[in-house]
Amino acid sequence: MTDESENEEINIQEMTTPELLELMQEDLYDGYADEVVEEVNEALARGMSPYDVLTQGLVAGMEVVGVDFRDGILFVPEVLMAAKAMKAGMEVLRPLLAETGAPTIGKMVIGTVKGDIHDIGKNLVVMMMEGAGFEVFNLGINNSVDDFLGAIAEHQPDILGMSALLTTTMPYMREVINALKAKGIRNDIIVLVGGAPLNEAFAEDIEADAYCRDAAVAVETAKKLIQIKRSKSRA
Amino acid sequence: MTQPNPLQDLVAEQGVLLLDGAMGTLLMEMGLTSGDPPEDWNVRYPERIEEVHRRYVDAGSRLILTNSFGGSRFRLKLHRLDNRVTELNRAAAGIARRAADAAPHKVLVAGSIGPTGELLEPLGAMSFDEAKAAFAEQAAALAEGGVDLLWVETMSDLEEVRAAVEGAREATDLPVAATMTFDTNRHTMMGVSPEQAVQALGKMGLVALGANCGNGPDEIEEVIARMRAQNPDVLLIAKANAGIPHFTGDELVYDGTPALMGEYARHVRDLGANLVGGCCGNTPDHIARMAEALAQPAGSAGAGPVRAGFKPAPTGTASSTASRQRRHRRREG
Repeated sequence: MTDESENEEINIQEMTTPELLELMQEDLYDGYADEVVEEVNEALARGMSPYDVLTQGLVAGMEVVGVDFRDGILFVPEVLMAAKAMKAGMEVLRPLLAETGAPTIGKMVIGTVKGDIHDIGKNLVVMMMEGAGFEVFNLGINNSVDDFLGAIAEHQPDILGMSALLTTTMPYMREVINALKAKGIRNDIIVLVGGAPLNEAFAEDIEADAYCRDAAVAVETAKKLIQIKRSKSRA
Repeated sequence: MTQPNPLQDLVAEQGVLLLDGAMGTLLMEMGLTSGDPPEDWNVRYPERIEEVHRRYVDAGSRLILTNSFGGSRFRLKLHRLDNRVTELNRAAAGIARRAADAAPHKVLVAGSIGPTGELLEPLGAMSFDEAKAAFAEQAAALAEGGVDLLWVETMSDLEEVRAAVEGAREATDLPVAATMTFDTNRHTMMGVSPEQAVQALGKMGLVALGANCGNGPDEIEEVIARMRAQNPDVLLIAKANAGIPHFTGDELVYDGTPALMGEYARHVRDLGANLVGGCCGNTPDHIARMAEALAQPAGSAGAGPVRAGFKPAPTGTASSTASRQRRHRRREG
């Protein structure tokens, strides 16, 4: 590993656009928020559409972060820094994306269940889902059945995400799913669950649609299940 | 640390010290509703908490943990109980003390201190001093209630461990032990390896350190082996979950049977653990089987580390040599 570029002056105006996008992805990976914002602005100044900057720059960068997180190369601190850089870039793009009517992939309501304070993993999911183009309504921690049902009625999401870190709180997910069934809306919504003590068998037992081991898996799973659901409803 | 303390004495006497099993798992069997704070039961149903302790003592536990894992103000705030930190922790300690003193043999009481659930600055909003003050408040109440030592557990961030240990030292002169949870590709959630944990925790003057919770016994066995390789002298704690949880009907059960956890106890002792017990999913039956297993001589566990009945913990596709070095920092931020 050489450090030759360590002190090199970088003039992003002189770069080709592919180089600029690559740099944006690397800076995102390293969690350099200010640099990412500069590069997003430069890409926009060159006439790239906000949607292309999002997908070819930020989302592409976050995909690498997601893969390295999944593989145990990056851990929560690095991913949080990358997500912060992503967020900074998104703040530039969001109003422009709204103006240009860029497509959103889907809507998600997400929260940590009642009794559970932990939301580090859930917040990572929020940032990665937003990074992948989802509209996410984050209910925060300690959500009751009524909190979840209220948010679902209000936002009509495609996906409900639930998180728990404690063995004493994870069974609460089943109460929420049972409430969806009782209201007759279970099949209208994709239910994804996650958290340290969970596993696939548990997700099956409580009749969630999927267990997501980490934020990267959550994004992949959400995309896949939405596609399946939409192709079914078209058929 | 040359000062004698009750934990070192008891480990020396016992060879391997048998710890207890899960608290939350048993309280849910006794009617604790999912999402409700277990610490509230220290005042509401103290007889039930005492019964849990008594069952562990009867099963052979020589050290029991107080029902105060979520007893810091950061955690109790969620249930609007943050004005009762002192009351709930003091009660937790008093209950465990009674159960220990009623035992026919010497039983130590360790005051459980879990993570705040918040991220420290700059990643999160909690300052080191705030965390330390919250831990000091909890430790002081546990000490007043009569614990023999403090037991910081299920940690993922080295700085939060340091905040807890410094907070405990500020509040009391009691010995402190600490364990972390290596549930993410054999690292903690925050990326701490077993070797890094031993090195960092080894400088904190702890009476014992180790691993708890996570993805079952195979994971903890590897962690303990690596910790022992890193430091031949330190007292090591192993408290594995009873495998992986799933629902059977309305009941949350773990796939690690008492027999399998007995086997784990022997394995992890032979790998170098000095204090052995269970975390989530372990019941007095599991602890009783561990007691039987540990009564057999060292080295009797056999060679094979992998047993049927446990799912392997998830591992990534990356090679073990992969690291952050995959990309280098291009500029200094």
